[in-house]
Amino acid sequence: MFDEIIKMFSYEFFLRAVIGGSLISLCAALLGVSLVLKRYSMIGDGLSHVGFGALAIAAAVNAAAPLEFAVPIVMIAAIFLLRISQNGKIKGDSAIAIISTASLAIGIMVATMTTGMNTDINSYLFGSIIAMSQKDIIICIILSIIVIIMFVFFYNKIFAVTFDESFAKATGTKAGIYNMIIAFLTALTITVGMKMMGSLLISSLIIFPSITSMRICRRFKTVVICSAVIAVFCSISGLVISYQYNTPTGASIVITNVCLLLIFTIIGTVSDRINAKKYSK
Amino acid sequence: MAFITCENVSFSYENTSVIKNLNFSVNQGDYLCIVGENGSGKSTLIKGILGLKSPADGKIIRGDGLKTNETGYLPQQTPAQKDFPASVYEVVLSGRLNGRGLKPFYSKNDKQIALDNIKRLKIEHLIKRSYRDLSGGQQQRVLLARALCASKKILLLDEPVTGLDPIVTEDMYKLIEELNKKENITIIMVSHDIKSSVKYASHILHLNGDKTFFGTKDEYIKSPVGKSFFSEDN
Repeated sequence: MFDEIIKMFSYEFFLRAVIGGSLISLCAALLGVSLVLKRYSMIGDGLSHVGFGALAIAAAVNAAAPLEFAVPIVMIAAIFLLRISQNGKIKGDSAIAIISTASLAIGIMVATMTTGMNTDINSYLFGSIIAMSQKDIIICIILSIIVIIMFVFFYNKIFAVTFDESFAKATGTKAGIYNMIIAFLTALTITVGMKMMGSLLISSLIIFPSITSMRICRRFKTVVICSAVIAVFCSISGLVISYQYNTPTGASIVITNVCLLLIFTIIGTVSDRINAKKYSK
Repeated sequence: MAFITCENVSFSYENTSVIKNLNFSVNQGDYLCIVGENGSGKSTLIKGILGLKSPADGKIIRGDGLKTNETGYLPQQTPAQKDFPASVYEVVLSGRLNGRGLKPFYSKNDKQIALDNIKRLKIEHLIKRSYRDLSGGQQQRVLLARALCASKKILLLDEPVTGLDPIVTEDMYKLIEELNKKENITIIMVSHDIKSSVKYASHILHLNGDKTFFGTKDEYIKSPVGKSFFSEDN
């Protein structure tokens, strides 16, 4: 058992996947707390599909740096999706569904007509443990440092904007800027993480950890910390499962997230009952 | 000089004007109720007073050293907020954000002000509870404490009693009255409830297209708009 673990970590590709996966999950979880609470989680889903479309086009035109090609496109999409969600006139959820399926379709069309559905495209869709290159790891590290610094520095403002945008605006906080920062960082996280998680599953990294920690935690700070811990734990255990049983990485990480959500829901329900009794006395 | 003066203010919303040539002023210690039908421009006017929307015409002037971000605002609750995982303390403290500027963390002074306002609204026993576990009335008190953290001069309350039961509603009105009378905090309240508005307010602004009324509550009761409402009702 112990030997097995040492052997696993001696593979460079596995180590890379663990570092990259944990960092991406951490960033996604931090951003996810705000997105989920603001009811913007579908934006994450929409962005990942736009990201797939962009990467497929990048591969088709043989762009030297597909990531650098995709990131600006996904960022533009992020601004667009944020606008849609804030504009009451267009129904946000259907608009996001239209954009995400359209970009998925465009991506698949472009891919099959040029390079064919090769392993690269496949790993962008479903994720792959060996997808992380040296360069990807460096991008992951830089990205997570940016996200963590931003999050700590703007923590109180992010809380205010997440909890009550109208109050934050009224007291002079530029809510729009913080929404934009969060959307940009989400776009970046999704595009970088897509190779490993797959575009079909990466939005789970945003949604699951915060939903799971909200089953138990009742303060914003503990929700944030708990989500971060859950995210890292799930991505590492998901990777181990993926390695051991040769299952797709993204799906394995999602499955560990689902298990944790179930456990937390049960604990949360039980402790709610106990609390309700305590306060009703 | 009044806290807030509106001079010939007009607002338009999606190219139709909702408010035309509105004139009124709010002085320190006033308790103004803004009433009117749905779509009469109450929400638009609030945005104008908060400085989030510029009037299409006319001027909204702030006086007596009242800064733009110095309005204690109690917005209507959104559905997302009702089950938000945050402690009462976290929510109240976030009212101090306008004094922070770019500084990222709250100071000791901010924390003390938050605690003072928690005591003032008698919610100390809830301080560690989660906002989502509170009743509607308790949640409103928490948001009121937060608004007081943002301003000691003026509170802008947007339908603060919506969804509260009659007893809690009465409590809330009494609390607001106390803040106005005892602590001399200026109140601007948007309300659907004309009867309670007349009972507690010192001034009434009735938005009603061309027949908009502004004046003290005694004037309002005698005015054609007020009369028509009360005769309809009784």
